[in-house]
Amino acid sequence: MKSEDTVLLEVKNLKKYFYLRTGFFFNKTAGSIKAVDNINFFIRRGETFGLVGESGCGKSTAARLILRLIQPTSGEIFYKGKNILTLKRSQMFKYRKEIQIIFQDPYASLSPRMTIGDIVSEPLEVHRIGDKNSRIKEIKHTLKIVGLNPEHVNRYPHEFSGGQRQRVGIARALILQPELIICDEPVSALDVSVQAQILNLMIDLQKEFNLTYLFIAHDLSVVKYVSNRIGVMYLGKIVEVAPAEDLYKKPLHPYTMGLLSAIPIPDPDLEKQRQRIILPGDVPSPINPPSGCRFHPRCPNAQDICSKQEPELKNYPENGNNHFAACFFAGKPINN
Amino acid sequence: MYPFKEDKNKIQNDSDIEGIIDESVELETELGKKYGKSSLYKDAWRRLVRNKLAMIGLAIVIIMVVIALLSPVIAPYDPNDRIKELSQKGPSYQHWFGTDILGRDIFSRVIYGARISMLVGVVAVSISLAIGLFLGALSGFFGGISDAIIMRIADIFFAFPYILGAIVMMTVLGPGVLNVFIAIGILGWASVARLFRSSILSIKEKEYIEAARALGASNARIILKHIFPNSFAPIIVYSTMNVGTAIIVEAALSFLGLGVQPPTPSWGKMLSESMSYINTAPWLMFFPGLAILITVLGFVLLGDGLRDAFDPKLKR
Amino acid sequence: MANNLQEKILEVKNLKTYFHTDAGVVKAVDGVNFDLKRGETLGIVGETGSGKSITALTILGLIPIPPGKVESGEIIFEGQDLLKCKISNLKHFRGNRISMIFQDPMTSLNPVFNIGNQLIEAIQAHQNLSKKQSYDKALELLDMVGISDRKKRMKSYPHEFSGGMRQRAMIAMAIANSPSILIADEPTTALDVTIQAQILELIDGLKKKTNSSVILITHDLGVIAKYAERVMVMYAGKPVEFASVNDIFYRPLHPYNLGLIGSVSKLNEEKKERLKPIKGTPPSLIDLPKGCTFALRCKFAIKPCWDSFPPTIEEEQNHFVACFRAKEFLNGSLKRE
Repeated sequence: MKSEDTVLLEVKNLKKYFYLRTGFFFNKTAGSIKAVDNINFFIRRGETFGLVGESGCGKSTAARLILRLIQPTSGEIFYKGKNILTLKRSQMFKYRKEIQIIFQDPYASLSPRMTIGDIVSEPLEVHRIGDKNSRIKEIKHTLKIVGLNPEHVNRYPHEFSGGQRQRVGIARALILQPELIICDEPVSALDVSVQAQILNLMIDLQKEFNLTYLFIAHDLSVVKYVSNRIGVMYLGKIVEVAPAEDLYKKPLHPYTMGLLSAIPIPDPDLEKQRQRIILPGDVPSPINPPSGCRFHPRCPNAQDICSKQEPELKNYPENGNNHFAACFFAGKPINN
Repeated sequence: MYPFKEDKNKIQNDSDIEGIIDESVELETELGKKYGKSSLYKDAWRRLVRNKLAMIGLAIVIIMVVIALLSPVIAPYDPNDRIKELSQKGPSYQHWFGTDILGRDIFSRVIYGARISMLVGVVAVSISLAIGLFLGALSGFFGGISDAIIMRIADIFFAFPYILGAIVMMTVLGPGVLNVFIAIGILGWASVARLFRSSILSIKEKEYIEAARALGASNARIILKHIFPNSFAPIIVYSTMNVGTAIIVEAALSFLGLGVQPPTPSWGKMLSESMSYINTAPWLMFFPGLAILITVLGFVLLGDGLRDAFDPKLKR
Repeated sequence: MANNLQEKILEVKNLKTYFHTDAGVVKAVDGVNFDLKRGETLGIVGETGSGKSITALTILGLIPIPPGKVESGEIIFEGQDLLKCKISNLKHFRGNRISMIFQDPMTSLNPVFNIGNQLIEAIQAHQNLSKKQSYDKALELLDMVGISDRKKRMKSYPHEFSGGMRQRAMIAMAIANSPSILIADEPTTALDVTIQAQILELIDGLKKKTNSSVILITHDLGVIAKYAERVMVMYAGKPVEFASVNDIFYRPLHPYNLGLIGSVSKLNEEKKERLKPIKGTPPSLIDLPKGCTFALRCKFAIKPCWDSFPPTIEEEQNHFVACFRAKEFLNGSLKRE
């Protein structure tokens, strides 16, 4: 399944610790936040890989690491077979054209002092593509593709609604014709009726331009709609990776089960019959994560071993192709 | 492998895209018309115009600028012409503000004094801005050790009382108009730097900065294209008010004999020259004092109005 | 299922709340009618700017005046019109008989007082209890909302709590005076998925235990399907459909409601079906179009839709709709596709 020419991006043993410092001139390390702690995954060309988890699980940190907006503590990120972490600034510049990002907040992600035209043209300017006239043509074309009126190039972001702004953000990511787009919760700030518009647009764009998506979200139903494969993160670790259908049909990790069960389905009859698993407790702080399996304090299936040893991400081929989970009792049903 | 495969139809050209991708283009256009075209500065201007006090301030500032520019035209006499027989005459039809001990026309001297005040205001504030913005950008954007050093130096500047600092600077530099500019300009950098640094720190974390970084935009581009335009409003407000402060400090330095040297007309100098005659010829002090008061008030009112216009908490 | 014989505890009639701003009049709530029965959960669904939160705030008298103004309407609670009530009397209702759980607990809890102080204050504001009695009552409340280690928690400050815990503390304050109506305005939007489930279960459990009524305001159709018995769908300040939860999901008669259901992806679906979004964006509440506010986005719009806002009609028993074409959906001559 996984061969060199189909894999676009591969993340190996990626770690990012944020050190908490005290003092001013004489910095002392007071502890560390293990935001991303040894994660591994790969994304195939043309597919959508969903990364799901609750706040503080490290999914957004992972996105910023792949974009090299922040430096990892250790690990490797292979893009088209090349470790981009070892690239110099000038070499990296070339790759920046190919990896783009769409942000969550359509209000914070567009500079309020730039017109839509300026915003969408910035990637072209930075990468010195085309002259003024060809840029304008390109911008208008891209705006049309994302469903905006090309005549609006001279307007400012605050004249648009949230959904329209998100389209501007997509146009900015699209204009350099990237291969990989990292979507960091692209619809979670939008109204329900607009979410569906944006999701459909993204799926259409993927087909049209053969894009690869890393789709980050906390909403499993949205992720299920767009993804081919899904990784579930909990406190800096990936606890389960599987093709979308398998993950929903037969979740192996108790956290995934709880997460799936926590989302109410918009269908009253079904919802009234459904047995829900309510995971107890809060998401612990990533500063001092629990020992062993990080999920054990909230896990209904936890036993002695879970607090002592950390389970590895293992393949469970009997539960669908390439279904990985990190649990000693993977697949064991939860009885509330 | 791809669940969407069955409805995957290859799109060849532009016109196909429109049909497939979005049916709502037309509608968005329709709705777009509803929102009027506007920008931060237009909005701010609209609010400023509605603010009466700010408009009074703006009027004062404009009048003062005009007076300073056109003083040779407006002033009825040469400010340095001494007419002995006219020494210390009160306001009259020929000499609206009266004359001083040397027989110079005070109205003309106040008019010419506007030149120095406005010049000091503009030049000194520009110097503060140039130093402050540069160091503020350095410390806010790059942080680390440069931030620590710059901010500690700024703290030292803050610890000094402004006037005392100006006096020390002037004694070191020696009196003269140019040195007044430099002294006031240098003293003002720390506040600008701090202000700029804090707005950079808040803007730096915005997602549109991350977007620019992800594109590979250079630091210079990020500062000039993204951070500057978004942090300009507080700096404009602060600088407007700062012009008023600079005018006062210049007046104080000239009053103390450290600033503008005679015979150049300066409001502060005129005040100090008239000190001994406060009982016999109060107009000597009254008119320059009034000029300082009105001008500074003008800048403060305008600055206040600008702040409200840029930061409309009441905007609904 | 809601029983018609149940007593109506709250009745809202033709409620209009407008905001007078520089840019024009914002008709945030424009003619809302509904009733709430004892022991039921009424869901109010709508998107940003639909007026669902303003409706709740108006009931509690929490609209800032100016710019806000209740233009007309009646809010009848226990036989009294709250809008005609004196401010001194209103205190008896607000926070006491009717209380509210807000979306963001961090902004609704006071950061400089500990949880115990705030709970005791909430209790003593409406009940004549001694300090000791209030303290015991506060402990009891924390137990009811599932906060363990109560004595220590009484002394904690809001920032020491996690988001879920804070929301629990908020709920404890809201139920301190055993209200007969609990209004929950997007109570879980700011929380993580697994915590959302905990909080919603808690609210539902408390409702059943105390036989109070809940108005659940949310944009999440899943939450509505799970917890609401009757549902009011709002769009641009107006209720467009009001019916039992099953009718809303299985027999939708308003195109907006239809569009909402088509816009959400369902976790349980085996086959991936393409979402059917509503085109366009919600209108600005200043200069709303003449006619139906939804007509611009509606694929079923016909000529009369552009001329006047359709009247709300009871198309079936207890199924109220404001749409000219609802009858056609009902008799099958118009397909919902």
